[in-house]
Amino acid sequence: MLRLPMASAEPEVRISIGSRFENIDLIQIVVDDALGRLGLDEEERHWVGIAVREAVANAIKHGNRQNPEKNVEVELRVDGDEAVIEVQDYGPGFDPANVGDPLSPENLLKPNGRGIFYMKRFMDHVEYSFRPEGGTVLTMRKRLARAAGEPSDPSQLPQEESKE
Amino acid sequence: MKMQVYTADGVTVLKPKGKITIGVGDVALREAVHEALAAGAKNILVNLSQVTTIDSSGIGELVSAYTTVTNRGGKLKLCSLPSKVNDILQITQLISVFDVYESEQEALSSF
Repeated sequence: MLRLPMASAEPEVRISIGSRFENIDLIQIVVDDALGRLGLDEEERHWVGIAVREAVANAIKHGNRQNPEKNVEVELRVDGDEAVIEVQDYGPGFDPANVGDPLSPENLLKPNGRGIFYMKRFMDHVEYSFRPEGGTVLTMRKRLARAAGEPSDPSQLPQEESKE
Repeated sequence: MKMQVYTADGVTVLKPKGKITIGVGDVALREAVHEALAAGAKNILVNLSQVTTIDSSGIGELVSAYTTVTNRGGKLKLCSLPSKVNDILQITQLISVFDVYESEQEALSSF
C-alpha cells in the first residue's frame, strides 16, 4: 500500500561526502532507506539507486575531479507526489548538449558515456543547472505513487530517444 | 567485489561476486581480464550470476574487455545474467553485442 507523503520543507536526507568512489555505497544505502520509508518498492529503489550512483559518480569524477577536499552534497526531499534528489558538486560544469547518444552506432562500443542515459531512463525527470559561482546541481525526480497498471520497472518501458 | 577465476574446458572463467561499480569492481574486472590475457587465455567467459549491482562503469569495463579480447583474436562471452544485469545491458542495446548464454555449461560448449 503506497502512501502519499505530504510535501515537506525539511529534506528527508542531506548528506555530504568527500569525493571518493568508496563513499557512493553510503549514499545509496541512505537514499534507499529513505525511499523505502516513502513507499517506493524494492524494484523501483534498485533503479533509482543506480541513477543516484551514476549521479554521484559523475559529480566525483567529472565535477570534483576526484579531489577529496571537494564535497558532493546529496539532498532528498519530497515535493508533492515526487521524490526530488539533488546532487551538487563544485566542478567547472559541462554542456549536457555535448553528451553523445550511447545508442548511436559510433558510440555503442565506447567504454563510457552511458551514465546520464541511465539516469534519464530510471528517473522521471533529470535536469542540470550550473551555479554562476561554480558547481553543478543535478536535480532528479521520481514519482512516489503510480496509477494502477503503470509499469514500475523502467527496463520494461518503450525505448526513448535521448535528446542530449 | 570478489573475483573467482578458474579454467573449464580450456576456457578462462571469471566469476565476479558483488558489485561491478566505479572505482572498485570495475578495476577488479579489468585486472582479471588483463591477467587472463597475460597468462595466454584466448577464450574468456564472464559468469555474472553472483553480480548484485552493475553501473555504467561496470558496463564500460565489460565492453572494454569484449573489444580487447576480440581485437586479440579471442572470444569473450557472458553467461548466467541476473535479470537486473540483463535489463541494464538491454537498455543500452548491448545485449545484442555480447554472446550471452543462460548457463555456464551452455556457454562453455559454445567456444
